[in-house]
Amino acid sequence: MPAIMEFEKPLQELENKISELRSFAQEKGIDLANEIAILENRAREVKESIYGNLNSWQKVLIARHTERPNTLDYINYLFTDFIELHGDRLFNDDPAVIGGIGRFGGMAVTVLGHLKGKDTKENLTRNFGMAHPEGYRKAMRLMKQAEKFKRPVICFIDTPGAYCGMGAEERGQFEAIAKSISVMATLQVPVISVVIGEGGSGGAIAFGVSDRILMLEHAVYSVISPEGYASILFKDAARCREAAEAMKITAQDLFELGVADQVISEPAGGAHRDPEIATKNVGEALTETLKDLLAVPAENLTSQRYEKYRAIGGLA
Amino acid sequence: MVLEFFRNQKYITLQQELEGRDIPEGTWIKCERCGEILSNKELEKNFKICRKCGFHFRLNAIERIKITVDEGSFDEMDAGLLPVNPFGLPEYEKKLALAREKSGLNEAVVTGEGTIGGFPAVLVIMDPEFMMASMGTVVGEKITRAVETAVRAGKPVIIFSASGGARMQEGIISLMQMPKTVAALARLGEAGLLYISVLTDPTTGGVSASFAALGDVIISEPGALIGFAGPRVIEQTIRQKLPEGFQRAEFLKQHGFIDLIVHRPELKETLALLLALHHREEK
Repeated sequence: MPAIMEFEKPLQELENKISELRSFAQEKGIDLANEIAILENRAREVKESIYGNLNSWQKVLIARHTERPNTLDYINYLFTDFIELHGDRLFNDDPAVIGGIGRFGGMAVTVLGHLKGKDTKENLTRNFGMAHPEGYRKAMRLMKQAEKFKRPVICFIDTPGAYCGMGAEERGQFEAIAKSISVMATLQVPVISVVIGEGGSGGAIAFGVSDRILMLEHAVYSVISPEGYASILFKDAARCREAAEAMKITAQDLFELGVADQVISEPAGGAHRDPEIATKNVGEALTETLKDLLAVPAENLTSQRYEKYRAIGGLA
Repeated sequence: MVLEFFRNQKYITLQQELEGRDIPEGTWIKCERCGEILSNKELEKNFKICRKCGFHFRLNAIERIKITVDEGSFDEMDAGLLPVNPFGLPEYEKKLALAREKSGLNEAVVTGEGTIGGFPAVLVIMDPEFMMASMGTVVGEKITRAVETAVRAGKPVIIFSASGGARMQEGIISLMQMPKTVAALARLGEAGLLYISVLTDPTTGGVSASFAALGDVIISEPGALIGFAGPRVIEQTIRQKLPEGFQRAEFLKQHGFIDLIVHRPELKETLALLLALHHREEK
């Protein structure tokens, strides 16, 4: 059972009532099908009304939801023959980043992404998806490998941000992110990034320099967390709701700003309520996008990518 | 005798001021590191370096150009490019107006062409007095245009970085300046042209994690704070105090992230030497 967010409570109450009625009907052998159908209808309406009118902060909460499908879920659902590859060949293997080779629609591709855990224990191992320099360096190694073997690269973005610790700084967090951006900007194979949850700042852009940026309907992507923005600009971290609104961080905002190229629909009630549909939708979007990009001559890919980033902000 | 008299006078005045803990702006400055009281005039003559402890005060873009570029050779580009406020935030509008008034600049970076020791280069100078030289749309655009100019003209690029990072008020568009500037520098690299990155205090966030980190040669001024996360953010994350010197230029050199630390009075000479070593005669 997914953790319940405040704004989902009316829906949760209805869903509880439905399951109570069901077990009651079964226990007593009474036919309550009509009553249940009415409640189910009502629940569907409530779900659509809640999820059709989410504000930016509610989207942040959904994007961070621990039951939301993570990078590993997408890899398991959408890729076959996946082999995880480890290590940056320099220092360490960062568990906050997962990457390897697999087949997508029969074609060998390189797939990588931030990996958040599903519970506290797993999150401690995965550092909540916050990568150290070695995570970005592992990813760069895999991207260069993909280029060598002419495989497309698919990146899943899902991170609160790059880790802000002593070791990360000592080993050059800034250099790792800068280099990753540079590697992606010049990669000679198609690159697609999908923001599946939280796109946090420098940690996200390190995997986000791509031919196409796809965002899930309730994913967010921002220069700093709403809490960080509120604490710096409003001097009050509690004003994060207001910050989320002002920052323009939703998939819909980013599509309008020309940063996201496509918004992928989520099932009603969010990806965490129906991971199967969510992953299926992502798979379909990836298939289409990949087909488009494979039709572009390799020598045009990087110049198109250059122009794409050149045009954002409208001053070029 | 007369000189002696004046010196004494100043000394006395100073003592009074010190007791009041109020040093009038424009005349005297207290060294941020050692507390030495320095006259502005003397500081200016000494490249804005404390005579006692060697602390390098921050320079604005105009001061930087003055001590680096050959006199009369600097030709500014895109000076008229005005800041943008993509989300129409009223507070940001006010901040921008204030920064423009205070700095006399339209944005936090000055770009142009000039010569250093007779060698031509495209120059990018970030100005920490303008909103801590945070990178928004226009800063990214000016840097990208400068690098593109260098690619077309076959000239090397020198970027003096100083920045608190991405400009939050411009949201995701600020973040997108990172790939934009980096991609332009990749083209410079493909053209076989030199890029020297000079890191000055402070260079952090979206600027350190993009173009500033990618120089063929990376130079830093002594004592400059260089890192991805700011020290306060790290201390909040790890819940402990950072050791002395953490994220300073000397620390970064020791860890292999910068090529050399150059004191300001020798910086122009060092840059000229590097430009000379990479200079290609026109064919």
